[in-house]
Amino acid sequence: MSTPIQMMPPAAPKKPPAPVQKEDAMWLQKEMINRNYHELGVAHDQGRKICATFVPGNLNELVMCFDMARSLPETNALQNGMRKKSGKFIMDAERDGHSEDVCTYVKSDLGMLLNGAIGPTGEPLPAPDLLLLSYTGCFTFMKWFELVRQKYGCETVMLHVPYQGDGRVSKAMRDYVLKQITREVIPALERVSGVKFDIDRLRQYMRESVKAEEDLVRVLQSAKNRPSPIDGYFGAVYYIGPMFTAFRGAPEATQFYSVLRQEIDERVRQGKGPITPDGELTEEKYRLVVEGPPNWTSFRDFWKMFYDEGAVVVASTYAKVGGVYDFGFRHDPDHPLESLAEYCLGCYTNLNFPQRVDMICRYIEDYQADGLLINSIKSCNSFSAGQLLILREVEKRTGKPAAFVESDLVDPRYFSAANIKNRLESYLQMIKQKRAAAAVH
Amino acid sequence: MRTFIGIDLGSTTTKAVVIDEAQRVLGRGITNSRSNYDAAAAIAKQEALVNARFQLFREALSVSGALADRLEEFLAQLERDFRLEQYLEQLDDLEATCRRNAEGPRFGTAVAGVLAALEEVFRRLQDEAPSLFVPGANRKSDFFRDIAGAQYLAAGETVAKEAGVRYDMLLNVFDRSIIEVENRVYGESIRPHLTAALERTFRAMPETAARGDAVRSPIQGILDTDLEETYVVGTGYGRARLPFSKEHIRSEILCHGLGAHVMYPSTATVLDIGGQDTKAIQVDANGIVESFQMNDRCAAGCGRYLGYIADEMNMGLHELGPLAMKSTKTIRINSTCTVFAGAELRDRLSLGEKREDIMAGLHRAIVLRAMSILARSGGIKNEFTFTGGVAKNEAAVKALRQLVTENYGELTLNINPDSIYTGALGGATFAWRAVVEEGRQAQARS
Repeated sequence: MSTPIQMMPPAAPKKPPAPVQKEDAMWLQKEMINRNYHELGVAHDQGRKICATFVPGNLNELVMCFDMARSLPETNALQNGMRKKSGKFIMDAERDGHSEDVCTYVKSDLGMLLNGAIGPTGEPLPAPDLLLLSYTGCFTFMKWFELVRQKYGCETVMLHVPYQGDGRVSKAMRDYVLKQITREVIPALERVSGVKFDIDRLRQYMRESVKAEEDLVRVLQSAKNRPSPIDGYFGAVYYIGPMFTAFRGAPEATQFYSVLRQEIDERVRQGKGPITPDGELTEEKYRLVVEGPPNWTSFRDFWKMFYDEGAVVVASTYAKVGGVYDFGFRHDPDHPLESLAEYCLGCYTNLNFPQRVDMICRYIEDYQADGLLINSIKSCNSFSAGQLLILREVEKRTGKPAAFVESDLVDPRYFSAANIKNRLESYLQMIKQKRAAAAVH
Repeated sequence: MRTFIGIDLGSTTTKAVVIDEAQRVLGRGITNSRSNYDAAAAIAKQEALVNARFQLFREALSVSGALADRLEEFLAQLERDFRLEQYLEQLDDLEATCRRNAEGPRFGTAVAGVLAALEEVFRRLQDEAPSLFVPGANRKSDFFRDIAGAQYLAAGETVAKEAGVRYDMLLNVFDRSIIEVENRVYGESIRPHLTAALERTFRAMPETAARGDAVRSPIQGILDTDLEETYVVGTGYGRARLPFSKEHIRSEILCHGLGAHVMYPSTATVLDIGGQDTKAIQVDANGIVESFQMNDRCAAGCGRYLGYIADEMNMGLHELGPLAMKSTKTIRINSTCTVFAGAELRDRLSLGEKREDIMAGLHRAIVLRAMSILARSGGIKNEFTFTGGVAKNEAAVKALRQLVTENYGELTLNINPDSIYTGALGGATFAWRAVVEEGRQAQARS
């Protein structure tokens, strides 16, 4: 006789999804980001000029001195990715002639422009008046703005930041960047905005920056606690938002980081784990260091794969992409322009391989991590190159296991949940097995 | 008796291994994954348990000495008869399902003709059935879908022509019905089938029947033994679908690493080429995974690639290797992209290249990709164990041996004839460890 198989319990009726859980500061940052989009949308109506600039090496305090609204194309792309809009944009950009291998931030941005330049929140993103390109290690940035300039014909100014090929910043490098800021960047900002540069205003913004930077570092370093009160990768994305985009130096950023710091300090006091979209993580089973940006189109799914297994990211290089503050650098109100030069030179994207390896090894040690996970970005040629070497070197130096997953920034076609989950689970089980073996032998 | 079971739910096939308390492999079972992991897991496990019973028959009969040197011959006959019994039952089920699916308004006035044609097709299939299970019979596959499908298509075409019924109607009915049938588990039929098979075997080998009770009673003893499923561990792509708790699920990387270690304790590097992924795993002296690398989301150069090629060439998957072995010339194939596989193949054929040379080139291309993944995982160390479905392919093995020697020098390459079961064996070993070493008990799925 044949027996119809019934191994699975009958499916329960579908419950409406539980509301996403976030810390207060996370809601606050969302509000700030949305407000910035609104400011951009109405900037021209209010007679303000718009400056587009990239996250690594952004000169936010300086741009604010000229009353300009700030637009950050990578943030626009990632916001569109998180809101599931980037897939169509990318395909439109490909139809327009951009190859499948081109950075998907670029294609998402160009696709957005092709679709009428409506920003992630649904408000129009007007054409920028100035493209301020601070070149800090990503060659694609240059090509990206070249394409945007071609479209809008707007003024472009480039700040060339020399790569730390030797792993150090020389006086000549510093002077070279400083000279460009004073001779090229500031005059261009003055010309486009019609506002005269006031160094005291810059100093004032920098005083705010320093306070916010202190708090951000404190928050990120709270992950040294066990359990970690934060996720230093997925959660950190929310924490770095204001600092790495249009708010560094603005009083509201200072306020945001102060609130955030209090929240996190309280979590530490209460011995709580990180907040995830499904609630607080109550059992921390694995502590990881992650290299590479997250995938934005499946951000929640990607994060869930971690917290479902009790894995917390205690430190990530991505949370330093808009500024490396945890090794002591702060903007300096007493030497504001010099410190901007210093900041650009010290960007994570501008560090050489040995420096990146050192940084990751240091994180593994300082944050008592179980190992390193690399999320390699398929369409990012600049930063995928050499990641396996980093992995091997970190394994060798720390004796901790490392693993490799592959996805993309904002191209939904490059996220294979089954494949990533498989590798991640294998990696976590490998850590567990090694721990058990270490306990026995 | 207590048994420990590992189930590896792969993208193409699902494998199960049963081990006993002494960690001896008692049985292995395999079935096609048929996009229904629940059924595939249940059937693979059942197959492994049947296979375990045969192993236990072997041991009991060998102790009793009742069959002396004809033991293996007897068991082989018994297994074929058992398979025939199973096949006949599924065929009956398929016929009933086909009839059910043919009725109704779908075929309009043609219904009567289709039903009559079905009756004739299945009469022929029943008649042909025993010939499929004679010694040395050449079956394209051991899965019911493939055997019955091939027979049905051939008989259906002839009958349709003779009866003046549209062939596509018969195909339509089959396609609808086979999925239902192959997703049914015939769990309760095992014992009656074994009993019926025993009678068939006695008829086929009358001289053994003379020793009736001496043969019957050890077999009955085994049939009466309860094979307790003490602990089951699942692995592979479909592992999340297994009807038990997370504690019972292990990553396939760990299972392959451990399985290879159990097969060859000196294994340091494992290469597994499965249907949709290629894994390179480094294990330590205890079978614990040190590091691993896998292909990305693209299945280029995996077993599925060979599957497409086989389809393109209208050949069985297992025929590709032997064809490639006839090659006399090296052809360089660049693309291991599964999507482009057909285009590459047709391009080479149009250039006048021989099929066997193209095949050899394709196998080499697959292995080259695996070599790159191996290099990324930390290279190949001695001993090197090759597992997964592709390890059964002699042309792939030949290419691998050559490339390993060229790049890493002479080292021991282990390939177990049962390598396809490596993941399941690792799973079974984890199950054994969970109970015997860690004192765990099976947990229901929460």
